[in-house]
Amino acid sequence: MTQQIHRRGFLKGIAALGAATAVPTFLAACGGDDEEPAQTAGDPNAPANLTFWTWTTNVQKVVDIWNAKNPTQKVTVSNQAQGEELITKTLTAHRAGNAPDLIHAEYQALPVLITNGVAADLTSLADGIKGEFTDGTWALTSFGGKTYGIPQDVGPMMLYYREDLFQQLGLTVPTTWDEFADVARQVRQKDAKRYLATFSSGDPGWFAGLAEQAGANWWVNDNGTWTVRINDEATKRVASFWGGLVNDDVLSGKPMYTPEWNKAMTDGTLLAWPSAIWGAGVLEGVAPSTKGKWRMVPMPQWDGTQATGYWGGSATAISSKSSQRAQAEKFVKWLNTDQEALDALIAEGGIYPAATKGQSSSQLSKAPAMMPNQPTFFAEAADIAQTARGFNWAPNVNVTYSQYSDIFAKAIQDKSDFAAAVDAVQAASVADLKKQGFEVKEA
Amino acid sequence: MLAAATVRRRRPSRRGGPTPYVLMAPAVVLLVLFLLVPIGYTVYLSLRANRVTGGGLGIRRETFVGLENYASVLTDSAYVDGVLRMLLYGVIVVPSMLGLALLFALLLDTPRVRFGAFSRIGIFLPYAVPGVIASLLWGFLYLPDVSPIRDTFEWLGLPAPDFLAPGTVLFSVANIGVWGGVGFNMIVLFTALRGLPPEMYEAARIDGANEVQIALRVKVPLIMPAIVMTGIFAMISTLQVYTEPATLQPLTDTVSQTWVPLMTIYRDAFVNADIYSAAAASVVLALGTLAVSVAVLTLLQRRAFGRDR
Repeated sequence: MTQQIHRRGFLKGIAALGAATAVPTFLAACGGDDEEPAQTAGDPNAPANLTFWTWTTNVQKVVDIWNAKNPTQKVTVSNQAQGEELITKTLTAHRAGNAPDLIHAEYQALPVLITNGVAADLTSLADGIKGEFTDGTWALTSFGGKTYGIPQDVGPMMLYYREDLFQQLGLTVPTTWDEFADVARQVRQKDAKRYLATFSSGDPGWFAGLAEQAGANWWVNDNGTWTVRINDEATKRVASFWGGLVNDDVLSGKPMYTPEWNKAMTDGTLLAWPSAIWGAGVLEGVAPSTKGKWRMVPMPQWDGTQATGYWGGSATAISSKSSQRAQAEKFVKWLNTDQEALDALIAEGGIYPAATKGQSSSQLSKAPAMMPNQPTFFAEAADIAQTARGFNWAPNVNVTYSQYSDIFAKAIQDKSDFAAAVDAVQAASVADLKKQGFEVKEA
Repeated sequence: MLAAATVRRRRPSRRGGPTPYVLMAPAVVLLVLFLLVPIGYTVYLSLRANRVTGGGLGIRRETFVGLENYASVLTDSAYVDGVLRMLLYGVIVVPSMLGLALLFALLLDTPRVRFGAFSRIGIFLPYAVPGVIASLLWGFLYLPDVSPIRDTFEWLGLPAPDFLAPGTVLFSVANIGVWGGVGFNMIVLFTALRGLPPEMYEAARIDGANEVQIALRVKVPLIMPAIVMTGIFAMISTLQVYTEPATLQPLTDTVSQTWVPLMTIYRDAFVNADIYSAAAASVVLALGTLAVSVAVLTLLQRRAFGRDR
């Protein structure tokens, strides 16, 4: 499920126990050429044996449906890693010449795959199924008019709040960010132990989603030249807003996905959580005793027009070295646009599908387990999803994200200007792009 | 008799002949395959990098970049800060860990010790706890809102310490290392103490030495080789510190992703997908480790093992 990918850091320590000393051995597996093979126009119905690297929960059950229907085109699932680590692994496998046919990638990781020549150009497949997705969703996998992945799930952002505690403290649900700040101050006045929400340095994807909502466009690629605007006006507005409140102790500045955060979400130290559609699933994991006490509403707004950003979500890409391209395309199309597959992904994998057809699936008629008090959860979510906007990602999102974490962690500690932190992230990100040899035009 | 005669007769044939090489071969092959080749490949990678060519989004290709990676590693203030922090960590951990280990070993070696076996196991037990688990355990004790230590302080009406503040976090991490390491070192030193001939203590007692004097004047000098050895092991493990800070990193803002050099290497290789920078940083760290180890060994060798040479 999407939420698992945001805090793998916790597990990273375990996974990496031996890794550090084993670095040279790991690296020894690399080598080989980076040539892109010519496009093959194979027979989509020819027998095939496809490998699929993915971390979607229970995806095996979904693939089983395919395998039963297509006995000659067997798909084998391999849960190699999640998120960024899967990307690193895929890059290594690509160089070693044994990349999987099908790759699960978060949207922001696609450019890394593209610029390493791993993700195949799927534009020919895309033309037929573009209509299955909203324009906002489709834009997440398209770069310079070419499509490199088919969207699987999306994470439109929405606000979760503790209905019971809002009532108890006499608070009104904020619909704008100004109201959000007011409510945050009221919370501190009424109970000094509580905060309305927290700003997390550990979740760059979350911050990117907040920036998207405000209208930011961090990266634009114009014919090979990158324009980087991580410190654009919209992002600085978001950063200054949160920074002012965190530095004044009106909002908390502690990271999410820690034991402390779990406790705060359970005992009401935190009253609200700007999160994504999969947030209800996370709440079930971290604060099961608060079942029925949360309510989901649209994000607070900046201006008149309703908007929200994305946090998380992923697509399926095909390896450029796959010799079974046509069959792989057939599977990807089925997985992400077929009603039966989408229903199974929702029921078994707990994802919120990217395809509009999936968003009105009968599987979504019931509210999530945590929110029995909001039976229309998914209907409301579908409306919110319509207002979501994303932006294009760059080939060094991984570097940008890790810089974000360290720079913002320091800003929170030092109580320094968040807008300056955004400038620092911009500088680090641009420097890295340039170092790698990309054409960069600074805004 | 017969055997001895055979050996004597065969001895001259040891010169020349392929036997020694055949016997050495497995070890040499393993050494080359699993140590020298990977090291060589790491050095090779450290001289290369992905650079972009082509239009559109561009395609990354591996190219030779000379010492560029080394230059950026050595000028990266985060990496250099990490190295300094690691050294400071060592300055805290090595003396306190060895000091405690020696103290416990000497205490357990006194004639009037009670519950010796029980205490030994008690002190040794933390060593059996995997580093990740230990870090998680301590993490829970450190995190302000879930820490029972803080609860206790608050209950007593005292100002609660913040274990994860910028000024204290290094000591908090060092504490995990010491907690986990004392037991092992204590056992090594204790074993060395048990190997000493008891007649020496008797002689010392007859000369009027008390237990403290025996410990400091007789026992410590005699187990100096064991102390030096544990010291070098402790130093090397300091240079490899990773597990504790990496486990705490997602829990707090005060531990960055580049807190110690190995964390930077991990991030470069597995998060930023830049094995080339990671390789360069690894080589720098390995050379540093080698230099420090050799320097300390030469410095101590004469003092500790002098009489054997």
